[in-house]
Amino acid sequence: MTAAIINLTHHDTYIHWGFILISLSNFLVVVAMLALFALAVCVPFIHSRNKRQRDAAAKEVHPGVNVGGGAGDSTERDGNGTSKTEGDTEGSGRAQTASSNTPEAAPVHTDTTAGDTSDDGLWTAAARRIWLKYLPPKKMLPDSQPSYVSSWVYVFGVLTLSALAVVILSGLVLAIKGPTWWHTSSIGHFDNSLHLWSVEMFMAFMAIHLWGKFWMAAWRGGRAATWITGVLAFVVSIVEAFTGYLSQTNFDSQWIAFESKDAFNASGAGSILNPMNFGQALMLHIVLIPVVLVVLVGIHILLVRVRGVVHPIDALDEDRNPQGDNSSLRDAISGGDAPQDGSPEGTGKEGVKENVH
Amino acid sequence: MNTPAENSTGEEVSEQRDVSGSTGADSGEGVGHHLDANNLDPRQLQRYRRKLDALPWRGPERRYDILKEATIAFAVVLILTFVLAILFSSPDVPPVTIKAWADAQPKGFTEIALTELEGTSNSATYGPPYNHGNGSVQYLGPVSIQKLLGVHYPINTAQDFVLDPLETLPGERPLKAAILTYEKANIAQRHAWEATYGTALANATVHRGALLVPPGNYGPLGKMFTNLLTMAQSGALDSQLISHSSFYTTDYTKPILFIGDSWKAQHTASYWGQQVVAQHLRSSQWGVMNETGSWPGQPWLWFYTMWYQIPPMSTTQAANGDILVVAIVSVFTLALLLLPFIPWLRDIPRKIPIHKLIWRDYYRDIKNRTSKATGRDP
Repeated sequence: MTAAIINLTHHDTYIHWGFILISLSNFLVVVAMLALFALAVCVPFIHSRNKRQRDAAAKEVHPGVNVGGGAGDSTERDGNGTSKTEGDTEGSGRAQTASSNTPEAAPVHTDTTAGDTSDDGLWTAAARRIWLKYLPPKKMLPDSQPSYVSSWVYVFGVLTLSALAVVILSGLVLAIKGPTWWHTSSIGHFDNSLHLWSVEMFMAFMAIHLWGKFWMAAWRGGRAATWITGVLAFVVSIVEAFTGYLSQTNFDSQWIAFESKDAFNASGAGSILNPMNFGQALMLHIVLIPVVLVVLVGIHILLVRVRGVVHPIDALDEDRNPQGDNSSLRDAISGGDAPQDGSPEGTGKEGVKENVH
Repeated sequence: MNTPAENSTGEEVSEQRDVSGSTGADSGEGVGHHLDANNLDPRQLQRYRRKLDALPWRGPERRYDILKEATIAFAVVLILTFVLAILFSSPDVPPVTIKAWADAQPKGFTEIALTELEGTSNSATYGPPYNHGNGSVQYLGPVSIQKLLGVHYPINTAQDFVLDPLETLPGERPLKAAILTYEKANIAQRHAWEATYGTALANATVHRGALLVPPGNYGPLGKMFTNLLTMAQSGALDSQLISHSSFYTTDYTKPILFIGDSWKAQHTASYWGQQVVAQHLRSSQWGVMNETGSWPGQPWLWFYTMWYQIPPMSTTQAANGDILVVAIVSVFTLALLLLPFIPWLRDIPRKIPIHKLIWRDYYRDIKNRTSKATGRDP
């Protein structure tokens, strides 16, 4: 065990008061919590610099208007209690500040963002701006898509996600009563069957999805990151399934653990991952790898929504550039503006000739 | 024009702009006209295509309800999962225990236990991460990553698999004395006893589950192995190998290695080996991707398993077989990952036109639009 600076292995001191019996260490934790709560309630809050600057600027513009300070909060709030001063992007994005403490003053809408944005410096607002720039609601939840998306091979992406959802749900049920429950319970065994078959479908659908995307050369047009996250998700899924087989606590898991150890050990991975350590395999299977997988799948889906579905190979120019605006294309041709993601472009002109004539 | 049309799946298609007959590269340059691709050299054409592929789609679109699609897909998969689970259930062959092994093959068990004590078993000579042996150390060229990373789960088979479990047996004074005798003996004496016991064991017989070893000058080993076999047949050795170091444990490394040593030494004659072969799980049977019974296993591991069937990895002398397979599969995985950047590989989809099948509706639509624009039949 790592040595501690203060040794706590000795028996604790206990405080006995009436029917209350509490160890000194527990008592100190409770006292610390109460002290923190008291500080949080009493200590004056640090107002953000931007807010003070905005208030000062507003006072200069409208000296009679009470802005910001004092007992009242002059920031207008909508019915949901949301501040319109910060982060109202649905409208003009401008903050509105008015006096609610001065009865005689008519509501004055002060543009405190002149020369500055009201949410300047706010990470949340910046993140929202970036999100809306790359993924507006129309892209995130589309109600239309290119007409060329009309093949059954496209269905396997959503089928993969659906199977993953069933895998997770059936796995959650298995997790409730522990890793060996399913050996002795008919309900548990049935749930294990659901888990097995959903995994088989998940992997099958994902492989078909991968084949489809390969033959579409789906990495074209700045979609390399989409391809890479997809392949990574596939590889991580294989590891996830493997640790699942190790976690079955039966003959199969016993044999797989023994047989696979040589590859792990030979590659050096065995110094960290021991397939015969059931506890390690189970924790990887139900915590670490699922988190990685879900994050990868999430990024993959977002990239698909941001970039859209890859165009057909040799799609008509006019379907991508209907106005014939060639300025950016000329830049690209001259080598100044080409995406660095690689694309499966042939070197001949046959494809273009075929489509343009 | 914005004329609604129907695509091949019967859904409404709206053309969002005028298909005027100006079909791209033949219209000259400038605003309102497309670049003439015929005048581009191959590098320019490559950049031109890359740029076009990155532009937002401005062509025909169709109605699409992403939430409806997801809901239907989930329902279909859920129903299919239930149907498959009801129809086929799932496998659950119980694990092999040391008790079952010792009951079924008392002689085979004792032979392996002897190799554990004398330090000649697969686990005893394995090398990192279990010990400093060289028996299973693999090299990729001159480098052994396995050796570089060293021992992480120290295992001394004599101590962990034989002596420590025996010392936990209560009330066996003659056994305690036998263990003490063995531990106090010098190495040469121990080896002499082990060799003599091995010879006697070869002529041993089994009577009603008991192992009858001919008498010989093998010192305390007779007493020790008789007790170890009894311990194994009672099931006590299983739990001892798992839990001798802690109340809570989830690590099955020691019992699995002990049982696995029988497979390594006795192959298909071993109790474990017989079941492995019957279940079609051994490496030469592409076993990594198989499951017990007739259930599907991990078919997605076919590419990994395949390399074990190909020389030199398939030969029994393939001392470095695992690291070679791992290296090969790693290279292919990396190639798949970086496919968008590998010139020849990324061109395959263009050269083998399966995309013509996938997007056949679109390519048919192009022909129709072109023929409409030129006033000719498609």
